[in-house]
Amino acid sequence: MISFALTFSFVCFGLGLLFNLYRIAIAPGIADRVLALDTMVINAIALLILYGIREGTAVYFEASLLFAMFGFISTVAYCKFMLRGDIIE
Amino acid sequence: MPVILEILISLLLVSGGIFGLVGSFGLVKLPDTMTRLHAPTKASTLGVGGVLIASMIHFAAFGREFSFHELIITLFLFLTAPITAHFLAKATIHRDFRPKDLPATGRPVGWACFETQPKKTPAEK
Repeated sequence: MISFALTFSFVCFGLGLLFNLYRIAIAPGIADRVLALDTMVINAIALLILYGIREGTAVYFEASLLFAMFGFISTVAYCKFMLRGDIIE
Repeated sequence: MPVILEILISLLLVSGGIFGLVGSFGLVKLPDTMTRLHAPTKASTLGVGGVLIASMIHFAAFGREFSFHELIITLFLFLTAPITAHFLAKATIHRDFRPKDLPATGRPVGWACFETQPKKTPAEK
């Protein structure tokens, strides 16, 4: 039963990644692209965790933690750049 | 007992997948930038939170030992999602809006994206 649910979740988050790619390619403004990249990072974290459940290893926690941190930092840096034209003043 | 846990894990996985898909679909479907901010920051965060909780229960029930690893990632994502949404909304106001399009703040100072902080008097310092 868990394997069916895992497959369903894989399909859902994979489709989500495709939607995000579409939004990165075709977007009216730069803020939409940054938002799509942030969502892409969140979906990638979910896919990593799902793969960790399927393989039964705890190796992927560290990878997903790093993804979460760097996704947040890069989004904030992009927004700072959009607001001020500079990241560290 | 393991059957109940399996049902719980499967429910969390399926609901997490649905929420994640809805969040990403809202990014494509919704009409403008400010409404598009809502979908990923709320629905996607809830979806990935469901998957992380499912992973925690799975490793507690069928793995070797119980760990709080996933709870850390869940907490981190739930804390950072509002901050990114706030920053993106601020950047959108800064780039795409004009000061006269925005509603009045009702205070002596206008919107923070367009007006600088007023100089503090020596008494306030």
